[in-house]
Amino acid sequence: MAFTWKQATRALFAGTILSAPVVLPAMAETPADTLIMAMRMDDIITMDPAEAFELTTGEINANVYDRIMMYEPEDLTTLTGGVAESWEISDDGKIITFTIREGLTFHSGNPVRAEDVAWSLQRVLQLDKTPAFIITQFGWSADNADEVIQLTDDGRVQVTVVEDFSPGLVLNALSAGIGSVVDRELVLEHEVDGDLGYEWLATNSAGSGAFSLTQWNANESVIMEANPDYRHGAPAIDRVIIRHVPEPAAQRLLLEQGDIDIARTLTSDQIAGLEGTEGIVIDDHPKATLYYLAANANHEALGNPLVWEALRYLVDYDGMADTFLRGQFTVHQTFWPTGLWGSIDDEPVYQMDLERAQELLAEAGYPDGFSMTIDSLNTSPYLEIAQSVQQTLGQAGIEAEIIPQDGSALWPKYRARRHELILARWSPDYVDPHSNADSFAHNPDNSEEAQLTGVLAWRNAWANDEINALAVAARNEIDLGVRADLYADLQRMHRDDSPFIVMFQQNEQIARQENVEGFVSGPLFDLVFYRNVTK
Amino acid sequence: MAVSDATDGAAAKLGGSGRGSTLLRILGSIGRILLTLALTFLGLTAITFVIGRVMPVDPVLAIVGDRAPAHVYEEVYLQLGLDKPIIVQYFNYLGEILSGDLGDSITTSRPVMEDLLRFFPATLELATLATLLGTLFGIPMGVLAAVYQGRMIDHVVRVVGLIGYSVPVFWLGMVGLLVFYAKLQWLPGPGRLEFYYDGLVPTVTGLLLVDAAIADNWTVFWNAASHLVLPVSILGAYALAYIARMTRSFMLDQLRQEYVLTARVKGLSERTVIWRHAFGNVLVQLITIIGLTYASLLEGSVLTETVFAWPGIGQYITNSLFNSDMNAVIGGTIVVGTCFVGINMLSDALYRLVDPRAR
Repeated sequence: MAFTWKQATRALFAGTILSAPVVLPAMAETPADTLIMAMRMDDIITMDPAEAFELTTGEINANVYDRIMMYEPEDLTTLTGGVAESWEISDDGKIITFTIREGLTFHSGNPVRAEDVAWSLQRVLQLDKTPAFIITQFGWSADNADEVIQLTDDGRVQVTVVEDFSPGLVLNALSAGIGSVVDRELVLEHEVDGDLGYEWLATNSAGSGAFSLTQWNANESVIMEANPDYRHGAPAIDRVIIRHVPEPAAQRLLLEQGDIDIARTLTSDQIAGLEGTEGIVIDDHPKATLYYLAANANHEALGNPLVWEALRYLVDYDGMADTFLRGQFTVHQTFWPTGLWGSIDDEPVYQMDLERAQELLAEAGYPDGFSMTIDSLNTSPYLEIAQSVQQTLGQAGIEAEIIPQDGSALWPKYRARRHELILARWSPDYVDPHSNADSFAHNPDNSEEAQLTGVLAWRNAWANDEINALAVAARNEIDLGVRADLYADLQRMHRDDSPFIVMFQQNEQIARQENVEGFVSGPLFDLVFYRNVTK
Repeated sequence: MAVSDATDGAAAKLGGSGRGSTLLRILGSIGRILLTLALTFLGLTAITFVIGRVMPVDPVLAIVGDRAPAHVYEEVYLQLGLDKPIIVQYFNYLGEILSGDLGDSITTSRPVMEDLLRFFPATLELATLATLLGTLFGIPMGVLAAVYQGRMIDHVVRVVGLIGYSVPVFWLGMVGLLVFYAKLQWLPGPGRLEFYYDGLVPTVTGLLLVDAAIADNWTVFWNAASHLVLPVSILGAYALAYIARMTRSFMLDQLRQEYVLTARVKGLSERTVIWRHAFGNVLVQLITIIGLTYASLLEGSVLTETVFAWPGIGQYITNSLFNSDMNAVIGGTIVVGTCFVGINMLSDALYRLVDPRAR
């Protein structure tokens, strides 16, 4: 036989050799002047600080733009001036005048002027994208932008608060992403059809922060270069590279091989697997993100305050925090997270108590429970939390069907009040308790027509006059001590008498090479700073 | 395929009018191609558009975020034209596509065309090499298994096929990384290129190997090649499993035919019997199989792209779908559809080349 086994194997072997892998050694370590991180970052939609509101863009812009007011990485608990050197508040608390630091420059080399500061805020109002609500609540709008934000004759920036708001709250709000100061001259060079540079700034940057954005390849990488002229001095590293690595296991391998410095989005399993690995350190960064259950008050049973209370006793808070949420969540039961101004340090009041829950359900007229659905995101840890809640509710006779779904399906349902019980998360937009109180507690118009779809209380068809009044009083109070007391009362009242069951506060765990120091990840998504990183 | 078959029939009538004019035949072929393309695009865009609109996801929220106030939501809702009847929306969109504008992507803030030119070559590179690998190994393995049916080599090929077919690609990818990247350190980790080579070669085709060769930068070339080895091997293993299995099955059918017996009786060598006679008769079927394999790999393998952080079209379309980014989804679908049509046409041409009856 001409075609033999020997020939066949020889042919296969030759083929194997011809297409043999190109064997190259993996890199042992990253360059000393470059910080390389791996994380999931497919949430980026735009880099424009007037519109960016996603976790990744919040973080990137915190390093690319200086804001009017800031929480600096050296002290994340003290509000300080960013581009503003100082500020004066009028006696009635309605007018705040900012003096802008001298000698600052944008990445382009243009000077940072009061005109840039005023124009940046006016631009936010004129574009009126989602984050604009942070300042439109002060009575500012595209129509009155030129009146409420003005330049004074002595080159300062004066803002006038139209509505009744504590000036402390206004200053805090200006430390959010919308307070980013953009390079007016550069942006206007790229203006198209009067769009205020909207299209250009979506993929470019025009800031004066510690780093400039040099490249963003969607679903691939973000590259930033250090700003040698930064007002706090040049960052210790020259470059930051963020690589989009969606799979946590791949992030872990990259870290273990020394190909990245920090792995940002690891699961609790990955973290557990890395513990004790030589040369790798696990850091905890408490975040302000809360995980909560909310009951739609339009539902017959779920509209009953006694049922809300029963539900509070039907969650196995400690059981979850000690098992599958271990290390990544702590039990927290009020709407304002710990570690921020205005938070209260009460021990958790509610614990799993089946007997008490059954008493409350009987009192509410549901001694045998009832049926309902739990809407939840279809990812971890939502599903695990939902399953735990389903199981503990079942012990009291409440039959809960979990509806797992993607966010793009869940949020429209929530905004349209079509859920029953929902498991969701929330993180503040800026460091002031009003940021959460305004959504969790304050619902000025519960009618269907009001369509306050951004307000969590409205989404759950719930309003409480007493709580509303307290939320407004706390919002408007000028005296900081009194204001803090009002928020403490509001949090306790809301915890005990609302359809919200706040359960957990998130704790971000990251893994880094032990020689990488100085990475700061604050409680809010846009308080992450790279400028103090050393290797 | 149905579209292609229908137009084949139409073209056959056109070309079969018996006038024998070369010009008419060429015009007929061009007309057939254009009609196929037009019908495919129309069907693809219509179905994708309708699915995108009836899915319980909200494209407006994908842009404005779930915290948007009602007036911001309303403004974007009107901007997207969602207040108009779906048929009007579709024809508006079709008008834009015909004018060459695929629109902007929500998730990347860039024109969809620009995104496709960046993401598709990454998949094309992967899929082409994986198909080549699968074909080069799969065909000889399938033939050998058929020739030595029931013997050791046959069992080996069947087991390899079974493993290649049944092991989840996600798992295989992770194990591949663990063994060859983490433990043995023979190969680089996830990604298309080490970051420090990023941007070193100008983008001409988007295919890193080709661009690096054009730029005469062989350091980048070998780095890109080393990054391709693992994902290509894993996708190639799937292609190989399928092609080997089908080759074996086709060959077994042929080897049972009387003409094979006749050839052997006539004293032809075993090589001639197997490769010229039997294998020659399975070529047409194999072209279909290879074409389908290639086309399915060109759709992008989401799991492989995820494990290897590979910025390909599979990840792009999936991510866009989850974000209700319908411009990107439809743009991606058109590219994939074009690939299917193109590969079908190429297969048709190859049939004519290898099978005289099809000429």
